[in-house]
Amino acid sequence: MLKIIRERWRQGYRTGKFPKIEPVLAERFRGLPQLPTSACPENCRACQDVCPTDAITFEEGRPVIDLGRCLFCDDCARACPEKTLSLTGNYHLAASSRENLLQKTNEAPKIAALNAHMRSLFGRSLKLRQVSTGGCNACEADLNVLATLVFDLGRFGIQFVASPRHADGLLVTGPVTENMKGALLDTYAALAEPKLVIAAGACAINGGPFIGSPEIHQGIGDLIPVDLYIPGCPPHPYTSLDGMLRLLGRLK
Amino acid sequence: MMPANCLTFRPGETLKLADIPTLSYADYAQGLLDLVAAGGRVSACFADSANGSAKLDLYTLIARDRQGDLALLKSAIGENFPSLTPECPQLHLFEREIAEQFGVVAEGHPWFKPVRFHQSWRRGKDAWGRPTDRHPLVGEMDFYRIAGDEVHEVAVGPVHAGVIEPGHFRFQCHGEEVMHLEISLGYQHRGLERLLIGGPHKATPFQMETAAGDTSTGHMTAYCRVIEALAGAEVPPRGEVLRSVGQEFERLANHVGDLGAIAGDVGFLPTSAYCGRLRGDYLNFSSELCGNRFGRSLVRPGGTLIDCDRELTDLILKRLESVAYNTRGAIELMFDTPSVLGRMEGVGLVSVEAAEQFGMVGVAARACGLRRDIRLTHPRGAWRNAFDTIPQETDGDVNARAQIRRRELYTALSWITKHLKNLPEGPHHIPPGKPGADLFTAALVEGWRGEIAHVALTDGEGRFRRYKIVDPSFHNWSGLAMTLRNEQISDFPLCNKSFNLSYCGFDL
Repeated sequence: MLKIIRERWRQGYRTGKFPKIEPVLAERFRGLPQLPTSACPENCRACQDVCPTDAITFEEGRPVIDLGRCLFCDDCARACPEKTLSLTGNYHLAASSRENLLQKTNEAPKIAALNAHMRSLFGRSLKLRQVSTGGCNACEADLNVLATLVFDLGRFGIQFVASPRHADGLLVTGPVTENMKGALLDTYAALAEPKLVIAAGACAINGGPFIGSPEIHQGIGDLIPVDLYIPGCPPHPYTSLDGMLRLLGRLK
Repeated sequence: MMPANCLTFRPGETLKLADIPTLSYADYAQGLLDLVAAGGRVSACFADSANGSAKLDLYTLIARDRQGDLALLKSAIGENFPSLTPECPQLHLFEREIAEQFGVVAEGHPWFKPVRFHQSWRRGKDAWGRPTDRHPLVGEMDFYRIAGDEVHEVAVGPVHAGVIEPGHFRFQCHGEEVMHLEISLGYQHRGLERLLIGGPHKATPFQMETAAGDTSTGHMTAYCRVIEALAGAEVPPRGEVLRSVGQEFERLANHVGDLGAIAGDVGFLPTSAYCGRLRGDYLNFSSELCGNRFGRSLVRPGGTLIDCDRELTDLILKRLESVAYNTRGAIELMFDTPSVLGRMEGVGLVSVEAAEQFGMVGVAARACGLRRDIRLTHPRGAWRNAFDTIPQETDGDVNARAQIRRRELYTALSWITKHLKNLPEGPHHIPPGKPGADLFTAALVEGWRGEIAHVALTDGEGRFRRYKIVDPSFHNWSGLAMTLRNEQISDFPLCNKSFNLSYCGFDL
């Protein structure tokens, strides 16, 4: 018993101060892309050519990055001969609509908070059922991290629950394999109305690294309506937490 | 004894496809059984249909731990082939996999069921006579059942209670006691091996890093070794050492997380809480190193994509000191508590015979007393001559698997400290050339769970005509099923955590 108390004292208090104090992420962390502010040289499509998930298109001579497809690998920035494209350490990446993930400017995507009725229901208590539909277990791992004492998801009233019957929302990871489609739809149907859906990770949003495989549905797509998209491969825990709190109107 | 017509080679070497003799099935079978009887392990067994003929090429790769090399056997099979599983149980999943992928029947297989529930790669063929015009229904197979008035069946999954991957478990129970557990997976199947045919594509490295996302650097290192062997490329020492550091951070994060999860499942919350946090600290070290908590974009063919300068090594080493101190405290507390040991000892037993028969690898195998570690038997890169012994336990229970993790943690911590302090000078990356044409190669890497095997065959243009991935989980899921024999069903979570196998690595 004394040993347990001594160790407890030694381990100290570790819960972060988010959102009051901004977290310090690794210096090399790759987040929101910084796009060129002027047109790229004619015919230079170096970034587009190397992108593993074809997340980059060109509009008016400038690259547009689909954050829903982006794996944040930095290959585009490395390929850019002008060095006008880079990935910043900004972890604010979540968006409430698929279109908002199309990164055309250098501002973080927008999240429209839930309406007043939904906020009054879920704003201070949100129970989520997570369904993994064919990802690689990294999204799951970094969602589990949210429940540890560093992030302490519970202090925001958000909690992962075991049964869809106890849940207000569904958090989906993975590209929706043919073999998980049925279970995903069944779980969604088992949630009571009103309910919300969060798509976490490049796979759930658009198929991620497995894009194009005939065994997957290229993400949730229009299988079920989505209220929040959290980009990343996998999303950083702070990206997820920030997205959820903004959706609930707890962060502006 | 070494069978005739069997090629041996060291990991990192290539063979010309034309030089690999095709044995008659009888010779192939005898050779395989002889090699296994002499202590060989089936690291990979797969078929390839790219030869243009009606027959499939059948390849089996045997790892010979004592000799530190690999033996390769090749034969050809038609629509049916005699199953070798009754004589060599470690082939059981490989044969089912071949049957599922190519619609051929393994005759006499005692447990002939689908593995991942997908359509055969050859149109119009199905080993189980299922309709070939639609995707098979996942989980649609005959489960093993025990009949009797007092017997009941418990079905769990695919959606589990926690934030984990999907899979289906069927328990045959008598009261609280489990008589048999059958594990049916395939829910995470993304068709990875088929995506790789014709590669490497530009998405290939990212698919390798997500074959099993908690083993990103492990699988990526295996892939790089394959590409480097095919291209005849050298990796600079600095690149090799940085790779090994990335891999050890991966091992630390997962082992610490697993010990925390085991502590949580036996109801010892202090260690569970500390390890949950410490796991995040180790993931953050990976992030400091390469910008991603799972080591994505760290390892690339030819070395590592990113260097680690003096400033960063100093930062990591300084932080590691306090994290290591806390890790020691959290873990020793758990192993110093009699009530925790009481819940781990004698629970979830796997006998050494069962482990050998199933060809188990990694942590779970070493916990049964088997000397299986690629870092010791087939070392490459920075691992060469680094170990003359490995942690081994003999009990084969939850405690043994936890002890292996604990001991490996301390080895990993000193590995990182030692190597970051003495990073070799020179480049960290030398881009390799193009993969050679019509070659065969294989790579073995000791991931944190165990042996990762990657095998590649290239075509006339140096593209993959077949790429085989074997995650350690593929060997070990059967071991988990064995732990539940005559065990209480309430101990399933504990047994499961002590293995912590990958669903996606199995399902691919």
